[in-house]
Amino acid sequence: MTQPTIQDMQLAHKTRAEFTYAVPKVHRGYAGHTLYVNLSDNTIESRPVTAEMKRIFVGGKGFGLWRLWHAVTPQTTWNDPANEIVIASGPIGGTALYPGTGKSLVVSISPLTKSVVDSNVGGYFGPLLKFAGWDALEIQGKATAEVIIVIDGDTGRVTIEEAPREAVDTHLITEQLTAMYARDEKDRRNVSVVSAGQGSEHTRIGCLNVSWYDVRRGKARVKQAGRGGIGTVLRDKGIKGIVVRFTGMKADSNDPANIQRIRVVGQNINREIVELDDEQNRMRRVGTAHLVEIMNDYDLLPVHNYRYGAHPDAAKIASPVWDALFTQGSPDGCFYGCTMACSKGVDGYRVKTGPYAGECVTVDGPEYETVAGVGANLGIFEPEPIIEMNFYCDTYGIDTISFATLTAFVMECYEAGVLDQEKTGGLALRFGNADAAIELLHQMAAGRGFGRIAGLGVRAMKDYFVEHFGADHGFLQDIGMENKGLEYSEYVTKESLAQQGGYGLTNKGAQHDEAWLIFMDMVNNQIPTFADKAEALHYFPMWRTWFGLNGLCKLPWNDIEPADNALTAEPAKVPEHVHNYVELFSGITGQEVTQEDLITMSERVYNFQRVFNLRMGFGTREHDRIPYRSTGPVTVEEYESRSERYDKQLREQVGIDPAAMTTRDKVAALRQYREGQYEMLVDAVYARRGWNANGVPTLEKLVELGIDFPEVVEVVKANG
Amino acid sequence: MIRVNGQYDVEWRPGLTVQDVLNALKFTFRMIVVKVNGQVVLRPDWAATQVPDGAEVQALHLISGG
Repeated sequence: MTQPTIQDMQLAHKTRAEFTYAVPKVHRGYAGHTLYVNLSDNTIESRPVTAEMKRIFVGGKGFGLWRLWHAVTPQTTWNDPANEIVIASGPIGGTALYPGTGKSLVVSISPLTKSVVDSNVGGYFGPLLKFAGWDALEIQGKATAEVIIVIDGDTGRVTIEEAPREAVDTHLITEQLTAMYARDEKDRRNVSVVSAGQGSEHTRIGCLNVSWYDVRRGKARVKQAGRGGIGTVLRDKGIKGIVVRFTGMKADSNDPANIQRIRVVGQNINREIVELDDEQNRMRRVGTAHLVEIMNDYDLLPVHNYRYGAHPDAAKIASPVWDALFTQGSPDGCFYGCTMACSKGVDGYRVKTGPYAGECVTVDGPEYETVAGVGANLGIFEPEPIIEMNFYCDTYGIDTISFATLTAFVMECYEAGVLDQEKTGGLALRFGNADAAIELLHQMAAGRGFGRIAGLGVRAMKDYFVEHFGADHGFLQDIGMENKGLEYSEYVTKESLAQQGGYGLTNKGAQHDEAWLIFMDMVNNQIPTFADKAEALHYFPMWRTWFGLNGLCKLPWNDIEPADNALTAEPAKVPEHVHNYVELFSGITGQEVTQEDLITMSERVYNFQRVFNLRMGFGTREHDRIPYRSTGPVTVEEYESRSERYDKQLREQVGIDPAAMTTRDKVAALRQYREGQYEMLVDAVYARRGWNANGVPTLEKLVELGIDFPEVVEVVKANG
Repeated sequence: MIRVNGQYDVEWRPGLTVQDVLNALKFTFRMIVVKVNGQVVLRPDWAATQVPDGAEVQALHLISGG
């Protein structure tokens, strides 16, 4: 069949709704309005951003949570038409004078966790949306046909259009819509597209892909809002794509109160990156893939479903391999002005399997999480299958992290006898079987075979295997690496109690974007007491929440550091960069703030999100529990692989002599100790955060933060 | 004996340098702040700076987020 041309596709469009507006000039980082689109009744409207919204919720994730709170009820499910996807930049977003200001923050009710989830993503969408006149885009309802939403910031026009002929998968539709809505080749850089893919339709682990146009390559490239299944929500709403266009973005598009302050800190950090990155993390050459060999050296690289932290073959998928495979010398920043430029890619990759076999494509990444996840965690130590899975996850709209972690779980179940080829429809899902993993991915995307079950995620699979296959619930609970329904990202946490909390004591589930404390805790021994760990699990999540309020990428904070950072009092916080963020916020908004103010901003939103979880029926202590695999060795085999370490801990920490004990008894003794430690950590963290023993923010805390709105207080009282 | 981060022991020998200590512990991360008895030793000096027997060494790995 002949493929439709761009013109054919556009001719098939039927406009369902149109809204025109006068495009405002952004003032001090804010456009002043958010855009509401309802796909059920085809309404489009502008909603004001109030002074209170800015004061309490700042922007980005804060705006998203506030809008979503008012859109849903405690009974709203992820696939209820009332559920929303809210996408926002933030007041600092789009400041090209400073690296890493292109982030979009996305919130929704998650098909994995059933509660509110947030995910962040690079690309141009958030800043272009803001400069097109909107601090956030709020999408509610469900379309009765396949649609796209088009936001034209040049003409001041928003439309909902039926789009029957466009592709669904990302590598196709992103190019189609970019070409369709750009005036010419040069104009493509002014267009950004949000899409998902067929995998988002048939799994609960769908991701959003957000594009930026790579002028040098002549391709639309993508980054992912991966966590929590928001791509699944997008496809459930009948959305193929969201397009924003805006022409004329400049250094002062945010209308900063004092651009000179921004120029000063921007020049400083850009100089640091250029001068120091090659001797620090080499982000410009290999991106986050530089972490593969580091994590392996420190026994933190997940191998075989997090059983181990290192593997003899790790060098085969380490950064020198990616350095050679990535195209070098091409600007790889996913937003303007980002000198860190870590969005690496493999060009000219010939797809080997599936519906796109034979096509020559550019694969964005792989990043560390993907290499560690679909590589080491699945026992696959060859780059090619990793690239293949990276490509298909992206174009199918499937989160690489959840795919990797759930497949690792499936592989362990297979090797433990919970699954067999009869149950998997013939797939021999053993660790290291790349062909089976790739076939599982295709099945998941198509919603067929065993892939249909796997695509539900680890939590749902546990129940399914118990119910249908008679599996041992306790064993699956121990090895199924999820918290709150969200699959773990790719770090082994057994030897870092603080990072066990960094995954468990989160708002959305087991993602490391609140805190990554393993070096501080396990290696540096900087936070030895419960009080120390609790302080870290207060400060770092609040600090990193702040990036999500402002449309910022975390990486320029501490993946590059000033040459004299070692000489500062608190090098782990990177004090000079903290100062930069104070300057950025003050310089753009005109509101003078201190370092402490930044933490308070985050604390408001963080506690509000905790209450949001409560409102949805979660957010209490029981939901902060973690699988034992993240705490210690589940099996005899795991224990014996590091018996010297564990025996020493039994002697020195638990106070028992392991000499005459069986390994099984030693596993049990260590487990009792470690699980007790985690509970004590939870107590300490709740106290530091101003929560009660059940993890509920106290009324005093709400009052202190100024988020004691009646509806918030009501939720807390009901859980008090 | 050299004590590192209050928890790791490295056998001392004459001529032992900061770089030797890091190698012994397989500390391969690139962003490490090293202090020997409280004094910062900058990265360019690691290979030439000797560590005295009984020294307290801090090797602070700086990444705070993945």
